[in-house]
Amino acid sequence: MAELFELKCRECGKLWGNAPRSFCEDCFSPLEITYDYAAIRASLRREQLSSRPHTIWRYAELLPVSPDQIPSLPVGGTPLVSAPRLAKSWGLGELHIKNDAVCFPSLSFKDRVVAVALTAAKRFGFETVGCSSTGNLANAVAAQAIRSGLAAWIFIPSDLEAAKVMATQIYGAKVARIAGNYDHVNRLCAQIADKFRWGLVNVNLRPYYAEGSKTVGYEIAEQLGWRLPDNVVVPMAGGSLITKISKAFRELTELGWVEPKPVRFFGAQATGCSPISSAVKRELDRFEPQKPNTIARSLAIGNPADGPYAMNVMRSSGGWAEDVSDPEIVAGMRKLAEFEGVFTETAGGVTTAVAEKLIRQGRIAPGGTTVLCITGNGLKTTDALAGEFAAAEPIPPRLDAFEAYLEGRLSAAVATK
Amino acid sequence: MPVTVEIPTAFRRFTDNAATFAASPATVAAVLDQLTAQYPGLARHIRDDKGQIRQFLNVYLNEEDIRFQGGESCAVKDGDRLMLVPSIAGG
Repeated sequence: MAELFELKCRECGKLWGNAPRSFCEDCFSPLEITYDYAAIRASLRREQLSSRPHTIWRYAELLPVSPDQIPSLPVGGTPLVSAPRLAKSWGLGELHIKNDAVCFPSLSFKDRVVAVALTAAKRFGFETVGCSSTGNLANAVAAQAIRSGLAAWIFIPSDLEAAKVMATQIYGAKVARIAGNYDHVNRLCAQIADKFRWGLVNVNLRPYYAEGSKTVGYEIAEQLGWRLPDNVVVPMAGGSLITKISKAFRELTELGWVEPKPVRFFGAQATGCSPISSAVKRELDRFEPQKPNTIARSLAIGNPADGPYAMNVMRSSGGWAEDVSDPEIVAGMRKLAEFEGVFTETAGGVTTAVAEKLIRQGRIAPGGTTVLCITGNGLKTTDALAGEFAAAEPIPPRLDAFEAYLEGRLSAAVATK
Repeated sequence: MPVTVEIPTAFRRFTDNAATFAASPATVAAVLDQLTAQYPGLARHIRDDKGQIRQFLNVYLNEEDIRFQGGESCAVKDGDRLMLVPSIAGG
């Protein structure tokens, strides 16, 4: 191939060059990007990366972007923070949080996939881009499209959180609220992509878009000192992220940048939308689609396109899946904030609560290194916390008033112990 | 008024570029059989070796995935629309 990457059918293996298409026209299975790993291995050593900025473009050779096309937007490069207090509470040896709640520019891991997708959109000459979204993707497309000089059309389910709608409109994107759930929006977008010449990042640009998720895996490995963790807990909506982190680890191993190591992949869903986790737990061959009903709206995909691949990653790695109720999700959000100072959205509450559940079940062993993938920011889903914290009565701005107030708080705390 | 089957662009090379197909009322399975009887080239793209609808193909009856309506055995009436949509998006 002229370039070091191209589209390949995930089922029949046929190569399709580079084009805005997402499924194989021979067997109608999904396409993904394949690379000339031998050429990459021959031309790139991991030491060369150390002089590059800490963004997703640090790994440009492993993304479907041409060398003359690498954007400057500093996306990714988020912290991997150790979580000793949470580890202690769970009886774990080593625990880290991959914190994409602070991803630039729109505070979720979707910034990574969109950065790659819009690079592809420009390459293919699209002037309008868009997406179907449960919120985070909407924010990311809207924010980055404006910087790329592209018009944006965003399709969302009508019940989306107000903060996520506003954080899309603020960038001037056109927002179409669809009366239905995400799966209805998704179907509509598949038809729109079929009819309009628009670059829909998670439809006709999906193979390019999805590759951006691999950078979560590259960063985890590099931030651990070029080694792989033992366990990774990943939230699942469409099921793409968990498969792409797995692909990233495979690639790093193939390039000889990390020692080969079995990594167990654990998928996290909300019980109110758990087609993938229930298929894993019930050992089904195919997942059964569901009608989502959960506060974790960013994970509310009842018919996950990458579900079959996500199931395979968990099963073949010796991992597992779990799901948690809405109250458990809120408890998970609070636990991550109270123990580690990380304020995540509902999806991160799912990941945290599922991790706890899997540890209690003995599915995640206490030894080894465990990483939780936190994918979005808590300020986007504050409505999930409504009623969690009572508003305090204001006190007069006087020291004696504060001392009396403090006395009251301390006795209340003693009384509840 | 017949049942209308909507054909996505990618399938039209098997349907002489027809964007729709008119079928008689029946079950979903029988409507798909009518479609593939007319356009045999489509058959292997709709069903896998085991005869199941392909995992990456979603079939919608009017606005809803057939898996919420009893699957292939559910009835398709006059005037209904059956849509074939590749399963591609997420997130």
